[in-house]
Amino acid sequence: MNGRNAFGHRASAGLPTNGAGQKSPPDALLEVAGLCVDYGRGAKRVRAVDGVDLNIQPGEILGLVGESGCGKSTLGRAMVGLEPAAQGQVTFRGRPVTTLGRRRRPADLRALQMVFQDPYSSLNPRRSVGALIGDGVILGGGSRGVAAQRVAGLLDRVGLPVDAAEKYPHEFSGGQRQRIAIARTLAADPTCLIADEPISALDASAQAQVANLLGDLVRETSLALVFISHDLSVVRQIADRVAVMYLGRIVEVGATERVWANPIHPYTEALIAAIPRADGRGILPVELPGDVPDPARPPTGCRFHPRCPLVEDRCRSIDPAPAPVDRREVACLVRAGSGGK
Amino acid sequence: MAGLLEVEHLSVALPTARGSFKAVDDISLRVDSGEILGIVGESGSGKTMTALTLLGLLPHGARTAGTAHFNGMDLLRCTTRQLQQIRGRQIAMVSQDPATSLHPILTVERQLTEHMRHHLGVGRSEARTRAIGLLATVRIPDPEQALTSYPGQFSGGMRQRIAIAVALACEPVLLLADEPTTALDVTVQAGILRLLERLRTERQLAVLIITHDLGVMSAIADRVCVMYGGRLVESGSRAEILSRPRHPYTRGLLDALPHPEGGVAQLRPIVGSPPSLGRVPPGCPFHPRCPYAVPSCRTGRPELVEVTRGHRLACPVDPLAELTGQASVTG
Repeated sequence: MNGRNAFGHRASAGLPTNGAGQKSPPDALLEVAGLCVDYGRGAKRVRAVDGVDLNIQPGEILGLVGESGCGKSTLGRAMVGLEPAAQGQVTFRGRPVTTLGRRRRPADLRALQMVFQDPYSSLNPRRSVGALIGDGVILGGGSRGVAAQRVAGLLDRVGLPVDAAEKYPHEFSGGQRQRIAIARTLAADPTCLIADEPISALDASAQAQVANLLGDLVRETSLALVFISHDLSVVRQIADRVAVMYLGRIVEVGATERVWANPIHPYTEALIAAIPRADGRGILPVELPGDVPDPARPPTGCRFHPRCPLVEDRCRSIDPAPAPVDRREVACLVRAGSGGK
Repeated sequence: MAGLLEVEHLSVALPTARGSFKAVDDISLRVDSGEILGIVGESGSGKTMTALTLLGLLPHGARTAGTAHFNGMDLLRCTTRQLQQIRGRQIAMVSQDPATSLHPILTVERQLTEHMRHHLGVGRSEARTRAIGLLATVRIPDPEQALTSYPGQFSGGMRQRIAIAVALACEPVLLLADEPTTALDVTVQAGILRLLERLRTERQLAVLIITHDLGVMSAIADRVCVMYGGRLVESGSRAEILSRPRHPYTRGLLDALPHPEGGVAQLRPIVGSPPSLGRVPPGCPFHPRCPYAVPSCRTGRPELVEVTRGHRLACPVDPLAELTGQASVTG
């Protein structure tokens, strides 16, 4: 962990507005500090992620939730180095996560891996499952022989029969394909997985199977997992901590149970109220009026104010900074007494 | 009184390279005016095929059996011309993905008014006025501006609202909604569900909603049908199916859900995966995944029988009967 201070110093030099109070514990495996990610240039520039501070410990599942367009996928991609940071940085085991370029990825980033949403497009249809998974081993310096040996173990690990190695992706259901994709990332011996909506494209029964598999992997190997999802009810079931994102910002982070039982940010509250419950009582979920605003022209002040039921005058002008309340961080002037940024 | 839509013993066989297989196997259901009927099932259960059959939109070479009476006509025996008069006019459909169901390079006005002018014979300005009213009904802000826009200029939730407006343009009496909210955020989903509920109350619109999301069912459906492997395995009122499910598959689907009110625990998935077309097991289609299966489940085809009033079940073993025993007395 010696390298961390040196890089941490460099990060803070370029960061005038690092969020207050987000001191990461020294054992953070993945650390995001003041991260901004832009798409486009000049007048067309859109800031998809705007000043996010987060960290994740080994053996922890962090849920990242928000509506589509809030920047959660972009944040996930930036965490593994698939999108360049416009400001701030991501550090993994004390080393900066460099953006994936044309050169080989630095060896020390191999343990940081990603699982994508759609197992129909993330697996090459013309290569056998054994070859797809074996690549992870070969790229890590293993021989073909070692790869062939490990494939069987990895398939077993994700609950697939060994003979699956001879087959092709189209012979499997969506849930099985996602298991194959997970086995492929496991071939790189990851210590941190970023899973972007890993179960959204799957059938109801497969969703629970894959969510359980990811949970088991974390418990058995102290893997750190960032579970990105728009479905708060699934995140609630598996995540230790949850971060709620709105229009490029984290509005509330805390232990899942606390956030669920007593959401403080009005946006978190609206997200939870909108989940229909399968209790047969016929209660319509609560609607949050309006749409996520255009991130190219974010509202002034608090970004949630145009849709917020608690809006006050000051919310229109003051941009709230995250403040510690009830053992979590919430960015809300009204509920959390946040100061301006 | 006859229902608005009465489907009797519907079967659909689809041709594949390996031969012809039943995607829908002898299902019967009815929808009344102002009623919301839900069909739940995983992919390959035949739920979407059921909807496509009603509109005569099956793939080439598909064969159907049974009847589907709608307003005194059998939809399965209508001529193409007759179906053209019904599709989009009396029965409309909203599909899962608004990004593909709307035409990307035609304006919203064109897509909203084209079938209105064709079916209802209204003029251009009349159609435009109606279109503005429809967009207001589905709560699109600034409808006049929206008319000149293209689908790509709207968010997913707004596009689905526009797709619903297109479906409602000719004032249909029955709306087929195939996973209408699956691609949307929960906040937007809540808005769409409230919209469907309002249309049912205000216009007596009948809705056949297809989804795999039991939460959505619980919020909006009056009655629920559960499909598995092309068959109807259980049907009944919303409260019966969701609070007192009798079929092991329905029970499994409910158990696999994260419980918002319960404590944090492992999710309990159903083992295995649903059968694909042509690979439906003999006997009860669910038996390979069923924790209660007995040898007779592998051979005998379970018939759908009424277990309590309005609650029908295709499981002769009925292992969950005792758990719900009180229900049948008060039922």
